[in-house]
Amino acid sequence: MEVVVMGVGQTKFGTHSDKSLPELFAQAFFEAFDSSNIELKDIEALYIGNFVGEITDGSANLGGFIADEIGLSGIQAMRYESACCSSAVAFKEAYLAIKHGVYDCVVVGGVEKLKSAGTSVGTRALATAVDGVYEINVGLTFPGVFALVARLYAETYGIPLEKLREMMAYVSIKNHRYGAKNPKAQFYNKLGNLKVEDVLNSKMICSPLTLLDCCPMTDGASAVILASEKFAKDRIDEPVYVRGVGQSSAGSLFRQKREIVKALPRRKSSEMAYKMAGLSPKDIDVALVHDCFTIAEIVALEAMGFFDYGEGAKATAEGLTDVGGKIAVNIDGGLIGKGHPVGATGTAQIYSAVKILRNELNFVKVDAENIITDTLGGDFGTLVNVILSIHRR
Amino acid sequence: MYVEFFNELLNGKLVGLRCLDCGTVICPPKCTCDNCKGRNLEKIELSGYGKITSYTVTYVAPMGYENEAPYVVALVELDEGPWIVGRLDVDAERAESENLIGKRVKVYGKEFPSELFYPNKERRIVPMFEMVE
Repeated sequence: MEVVVMGVGQTKFGTHSDKSLPELFAQAFFEAFDSSNIELKDIEALYIGNFVGEITDGSANLGGFIADEIGLSGIQAMRYESACCSSAVAFKEAYLAIKHGVYDCVVVGGVEKLKSAGTSVGTRALATAVDGVYEINVGLTFPGVFALVARLYAETYGIPLEKLREMMAYVSIKNHRYGAKNPKAQFYNKLGNLKVEDVLNSKMICSPLTLLDCCPMTDGASAVILASEKFAKDRIDEPVYVRGVGQSSAGSLFRQKREIVKALPRRKSSEMAYKMAGLSPKDIDVALVHDCFTIAEIVALEAMGFFDYGEGAKATAEGLTDVGGKIAVNIDGGLIGKGHPVGATGTAQIYSAVKILRNELNFVKVDAENIITDTLGGDFGTLVNVILSIHRR
Repeated sequence: MYVEFFNELLNGKLVGLRCLDCGTVICPPKCTCDNCKGRNLEKIELSGYGKITSYTVTYVAPMGYENEAPYVVALVELDEGPWIVGRLDVDAERAESENLIGKRVKVYGKEFPSELFYPNKERRIVPMFEMVE
């Protein structure tokens, strides 16, 4: 059974302190639903990704509340939590259910309100995704995790740290350039013309990562209508095929030792997705990868096979990750330019991928047939890669 | 297991496990061997010495940790093989101006107040790394 995406939806990313989690999700859902030519009764299940609703909004058990808010009370509704990978895992689970004939049509998405929670609570909430006994006690944060990765990357590949910082800055420059053009991005019309010095000289968060090396705290939601090909073909003209899905896991950061610069779970996950799709990195036109920090985009591209280990930073500085380069990366702004509503990020990447494949993103035009998404939960704890295509296998 | 690990750390001992099947040393302790996944593990005391493999000065701390910032978080490769995460006993200025990767350290335990979400509600013990060269 082929699995396809019908409609997709995404709220504007930024601040939504005036909306509850179900209200915020409803905005994304309505956009996806209204572009799918389906009826409410067609939807058999709701898969919702959310990371820290308990902490930001004092709210868990979101499946039923959200289903009821959007008019689907009574259906099977479940919430998935895998940190930043929450809605990507939800997507994979929904994919499996359709693939194996359990459902014909479901809604999968995510919602998060980290910006409204404020920096201190938000940073603590995010840090629940590091080892809860042996890493959090030290005060390790997520910028901290990737700061450790950055220094180890410099040391491993013999790149002077200051040189690496300059190369990393190009990730921020590129992703903010696209984010500034994306009307749904948190930084729409902002930070679109950064210079290397701007990134290097912004506020230090966890050395060597500055504020502009980091994605922001974000409120937002995203939603996808996922269906069997047969169900979709009666209703819409342009189904987007889910060609490959991969997932992998890892334990605490310190137990991964030197491998943290190689992000091995991601290599495993992406290889699984390529194999299922019958494609290789050279067949991919656009990669929407988990750039929670500048260095994170670099290690992601290496692990996914676009560049050799140790070559990603240089390739980025040389422009090989932009449109017209070797692989167009995060041309929707990525997490850095678009924003990172953690539990909503996975299906927000699916949103952008589908819009790019349908040529519906007005601010960036690329001829893309195959797109890979890459979503990371925690310090390599959960990895999901999805390959979407305009062609069936 | 984790409570004993931290209590022993406060007593100046770094405890871990040795796999009786494959010889791998595991620290902090875990229910299965990092290498062969076996459960045939015996408790051992490690030397507490190792070298810094990476570090970061944290300026923006989470709720419950703000009073401690800036602090230096480090990854250390212990002489027996495992890597552990802890705090480096140097000030932010030194950590920013010098490349400390490869420097030798010795681990000890330091007690801090617990926080809302930490599993040990009584106290939070942090592995500290003292520079020994």
